[in-house]
Amino acid sequence: MKFGVIKFPGSNCDQDAYYTVKDVLGQPVEYLWHGDSDLKAVDCVIVPGGFSYGDYLRCGAIARFSPAMIATHEFAAKGGLVLGICNGFQVLCESHLLPGALVRNDGQKFVCKQIHLRTENTDTPFTGALSPGQIIQVPIAHGEGKYVCDEAVLAELDAANRILFRYCDADGTRTETSNPNGSTDDIAGIASANFNVLGLMPHPERAADPALGSADGRAIFESLLKFWH
Amino acid sequence: MAQVKVYITLKPSLLDAQGKVVQGALHQLGYEGVEQVRIGKYIEMTVADGPQRDAHIMEMCEKLLANLVIEDYRYEVIE
Repeated sequence: MKFGVIKFPGSNCDQDAYYTVKDVLGQPVEYLWHGDSDLKAVDCVIVPGGFSYGDYLRCGAIARFSPAMIATHEFAAKGGLVLGICNGFQVLCESHLLPGALVRNDGQKFVCKQIHLRTENTDTPFTGALSPGQIIQVPIAHGEGKYVCDEAVLAELDAANRILFRYCDADGTRTETSNPNGSTDDIAGIASANFNVLGLMPHPERAADPALGSADGRAIFESLLKFWH
Repeated sequence: MAQVKVYITLKPSLLDAQGKVVQGALHQLGYEGVEQVRIGKYIEMTVADGPQRDAHIMEMCEKLLANLVIEDYRYEVIE
């Protein structure tokens, strides 16, 4: 399964994603330059974390109109697999590949720490290697990670099981303190209506190798391989 | 050319956490009558005149300058 990782000016998790695909999963991977519309025939596009275009105007607002993202939009519309992590999630929301938006954390601070996620739907290309309700530990590192959407969108996401991950504590309970940024309904990651696009604020690619403190995030990548083969 | 001023604010339905913190600081300074502090963005630009000018300003706001999921915008044109 061939992966592509987009590099925007200001991306800083592109190498983490590249490393995870190449060295942890042992799969072919290419960088995709933001200024090119050629997606190099990849099977999955990863929109990485960072501060694309300096996060000017709004996080993800400028990246949306880059040639690589316009090509990714077409790729996703044809059913292509797209994984947006952190800034990548913000880019996917700005691109309208996912509904809603990410705004400033309730606490006003950039939060960088390990958190826990509860797997809410395992019947997707991104979560098939996880078990229902499985708790995974992965890091977050963001200042604008509070997911917001209107009530109609929230009801639709919930009814269609498109909320794939919610913040929780180590035993899976959702509490006020387990939500690190004030996200609506403890949402950490959502999928598109066809489940071929996932956006999430936490960083599974930074938790895919035991040397990094947790390998729990690897299951998201293993799910993609399981789905593909 | 016309000078255009665009004001972008978070939708009233969204909590403006930044505005809330600033309002708290103002109260602490003794300005207790201050309410509804909202922090937004202000953009200045010049735009070519023509019959499509206002349509183009609105298009720019809706496509790029504001995200209508979370923000409202308004603008003024100084002829």
